[in-house]
Amino acid sequence: MRATAAVRALLLAFALGWPLIGGAQTPAPPLSARVTDRTATLTNEQKTALERTLQAFEARKGSQIAVLLVPTTGREPIEQYALRVAEQWKLGRANVDDGALLVVAKDDRTLRIEVGYGLEGALTDAASKRIISEIIVPRFEQGDFYGGIAAGIDRMIRVIDGEPLPQPRRKPAGTAEFEEYGAVLFVFALVVGGMLRAVLGRLPGAIAAGGAMALLAWWFAGALFIALVAGVLAFLFTLLGGGLGRYGGWHGGGGRRGGFGGGDVGGGGGSFGGGGASGRW
Amino acid sequence: MRRLLASLATLLLLTLGGCGYNTLQTEDEQIKSSWSEVLNQYQRRADLVPNLVNTVKGFATQEKEVLTRVTEARSRVGTIQATPELIDDPEAFAKFQAAQRELSSALSRLLVVSENYPQLKSDANFRDLQAQLEGTENRIAVARNRYIKAVQAYNVTVRSFPSNLTAMTFGFKVKPNFTVENEAELSRAPKVDFGTPPAQPQGAGR
Repeated sequence: MRATAAVRALLLAFALGWPLIGGAQTPAPPLSARVTDRTATLTNEQKTALERTLQAFEARKGSQIAVLLVPTTGREPIEQYALRVAEQWKLGRANVDDGALLVVAKDDRTLRIEVGYGLEGALTDAASKRIISEIIVPRFEQGDFYGGIAAGIDRMIRVIDGEPLPQPRRKPAGTAEFEEYGAVLFVFALVVGGMLRAVLGRLPGAIAAGGAMALLAWWFAGALFIALVAGVLAFLFTLLGGGLGRYGGWHGGGGRRGGFGGGDVGGGGGSFGGGGASGRW
Repeated sequence: MRRLLASLATLLLLTLGGCGYNTLQTEDEQIKSSWSEVLNQYQRRADLVPNLVNTVKGFATQEKEVLTRVTEARSRVGTIQATPELIDDPEAFAKFQAAQRELSSALSRLLVVSENYPQLKSDANFRDLQAQLEGTENRIAVARNRYIKAVQAYNVTVRSFPSNLTAMTFGFKVKPNFTVENEAELSRAPKVDFGTPPAQPQGAGR
């Protein structure tokens, strides 16, 4: 009885203490649109216009730009906040890392352009700083938030356009999945093949591994051709391979796929390293 | 019999993942890559210094002392062999940190002084350099942060059971981490000085 009271008190203390611990950081809003306005500064038409510009740019160039307006970044400096949001949103395509984020903290009167690794060559710190201090801040000082953001984004788009980036591409659904499973299946074939050979002997083991692999591949990919190729490969590996020796070098990965189809919004898996510039007005 | 032994060995290999060996390898590699990023960004800052010093020199000739301090700090940073192996040597690591800290403080002093020269402040070249320096300082902060997190994860693995046994067997040691940069400044009482007029931020547009 006393124990439950103690547990309850502990839970209560935890529940009370938790918001205090978490309160040091303002939680980053989820990525639901290219333009997120938590300050009710932009009208719906203005938001739609900005979104359309950004969407068209992404469809044409592949890079993702997002805008976030918040009242304040809390006790964190805007640099830290912007990076946290950018890391959470994963703007830009995976491995191209061509995302950029414009954060405006209205009550703090600070703003920042956070630049993904892949865009650091075009949208350099100096270029970002110039966009902020020469294009955005003068408009913000006159209270023209929409004008500042729109002009700033226009310039960012023009700067990024000067950077050669891989073409945006649409992958047919299904192939991406197979690529991801492919690596796993490969290792599986090596390991299981090695075991089967050890237990059953070289030829029977290879046949068993090939058959199992073909079935698995068929199940995952749904295509008979791929299944056959996988089966034959597994058979050959088991028959000729040196067992598990190759296993050590394999390094798994396969993050999220880049790009998004249609009109829905999602980060493509780009990464950020603190590039960009901040300013105040 | 040989087949049985072979399959047993295979099973053993498969279960080896549970002792933390692979985790240690992964985290060790993670530390190395985040450390390289830290070095990379420090190097980027060091590369900016000569240009910055030259630009400031053109406008603020009388700030010889501040400029000399930056140049000296820069060359001291340059003499330290910033190799990836630095992280395994706590003493060299501390020396490296001290040198970088010296450069940080010399650079911030330079920027404070440059506030007194409106002409310098409106120079486009200087403004670009300043933006680059700010960006690089931010990148350094980010890189250091990521390094700190990587070391933390690794050190926890090295110290906790059962991976600590694996770490001992294979000679994985606890790695040094960054300490608070301005420890000395934090413990020093703030000094209020009414003797000299403070630097006037001119034309800041506020």
